[in-house]
Amino acid sequence: MIPPETKREERVGMSTAGGRSEQTGISPDVTARSAHDVAGRGVRVQDLNAYYGSFHSIKGIDIDFPPNRVTALIGPSGSGKSTVIRCINRMHEEIPGARAEGSVMLDELDVYGRGVDITSVRRLIGMVFQKPNPFPTMSVFDNVAAGLRLTGARRDDLRERVHSALRAVGLWDEVKDRLNGPGVGLSGGQQQRLCIARTVAVEPEVILMDEPCSALDPVATLKIEELIDELKERYTIAIVTHNMQQAARVADTTAFMLDGELIEHAPTNDVFTNPRDERTERYVTGKFG
Amino acid sequence: MTASAVPPVSARRRRTDKLMRGLLTAAAVIALVPLVLVVYYLLYRGLGSWSGQFFTSDPNGNFLGYPGGIRSALVGTLEIVALATLIAVPIGVGVALYLTEYGKQSPFANLVRYFVDVMTGVPSIVFGLFIYIVLVLAHVGGGFTAWKGSIALSLLMLPVVVRASEVVLLLVPASLREAALALGAPRWRVVTRVVLPTARSGLLTGSLLAVARGMGETAPLLFTTAGAFGLTFSLGAQMNALPIQIYQDIQSPRAQVIDRAWGAALALVVLVLIFNVIARAFSRRSRMT
Repeated sequence: MIPPETKREERVGMSTAGGRSEQTGISPDVTARSAHDVAGRGVRVQDLNAYYGSFHSIKGIDIDFPPNRVTALIGPSGSGKSTVIRCINRMHEEIPGARAEGSVMLDELDVYGRGVDITSVRRLIGMVFQKPNPFPTMSVFDNVAAGLRLTGARRDDLRERVHSALRAVGLWDEVKDRLNGPGVGLSGGQQQRLCIARTVAVEPEVILMDEPCSALDPVATLKIEELIDELKERYTIAIVTHNMQQAARVADTTAFMLDGELIEHAPTNDVFTNPRDERTERYVTGKFG
Repeated sequence: MTASAVPPVSARRRRTDKLMRGLLTAAAVIALVPLVLVVYYLLYRGLGSWSGQFFTSDPNGNFLGYPGGIRSALVGTLEIVALATLIAVPIGVGVALYLTEYGKQSPFANLVRYFVDVMTGVPSIVFGLFIYIVLVLAHVGGGFTAWKGSIALSLLMLPVVVRASEVVLLLVPASLREAALALGAPRWRVVTRVVLPTARSGLLTGSLLAVARGMGETAPLLFTTAGAFGLTFSLGAQMNALPIQIYQDIQSPRAQVIDRAWGAALALVVLVLIFNVIARAFSRRSRMT
């Protein structure tokens, strides 16, 4: 085993010599954590504005994602939920013509700061997508190992990390006999947990989930929801969902978005039973959206 | 539903349907006629000259007796096309990767696309003349040599490879690129580890079609490799090739030599057919996965 401190430094891509692309500009004491400290780190979004070309999609949002909590983003289609979380790991800018302004802080790390390497940001902030997207050319094992291999991580403990990631998502017993079979040969729900395992294997701080259950059946959905509950012990989780029952079941706090604005962000129970804003109330009671 | 609920089709509409059906079938038959005639004549005239000797002897230039077979031409074609493929495929796939992964819709990428399209329309004799002037007349590494023919052919194959590869690379789902990027992979690793393996069989199909396309070209070789009688494995020497052999043989007054041209033409068509069949087999496999 590599001591966690060195591993962390390697993952963040910190170089003492001040290399250009890998330099993150964060001090070591911010990124290092002790072996027993498994806490995730919170994300603070301030004055976030996002655009698709000339379309102003996110209009100056402030929102906190507290560490080791599940934060749900709800709201009608097109309200900007997905865009907000895609701004957190800087995937938003991968879309041609899209850009974002404002501040996203992962603890002390300014995600949009000068000299911050995008790839290290994305290693710290993992993402699970709406449709399960395992790599079709890779086996079950290789899919989970993909994150480690694609980021050029050291390989000496690859097998252990893949196995423990599969255990963490409750997939180990189902796939341990076909680790070399194709990842796309699994069922939809298994594929989605495989994708979560792939994200977990990189050991991020935050996991963003963009409607992770909308392509799954109720049984598979339940499994993912239980998994989310377990994962929050180690990770900070943000989940976008269209399903209000799901938000009520998994989220500690829930944020309601409408037309690119954050209307209300409060403990989940309050949002659903005692919303402060009239628009939130109309949405959660099914009067529109 | 009863029969009376659907009014009968009027006689006029039925007549129109019959007429159009007849016209379009006729068009299909007319298009097939020349193809069938070509294949028929090739088999009728060419098959007679095929023999063991035909494939194991080189043209000897004797004025009497057996004029020799097509061994040197067959082997020469394979050598020249192999080198042309080694040049055209890596560059072509590279250009396609640039267009789909980096350039996308940028002005420069669109300029490249435009020139690739223009290159597709350039008559093959122009490539032959270009290499003749630039490399043969300038006496770069000797006069007429096989490798110059390969370069001329590769210029011809390049746009075919680029266009076919771009189409295939665009078929790789964007969700796979997103998944890899979100794991924190640098773009070049996304390309080499995810995009290329996923598109592999499609790229192979495109390359094989380009090979089949280049194999039958005469004009780029006439001014560059010039042809020869004997078998050679030196790409720095003049080399025989099937299209050159056919071109020269049909100008002969000897019936036996003209027969050899038919035999060589049949061999060329069979060779191209083999590559097409292999390409099809690969594309079928890629559809299944």
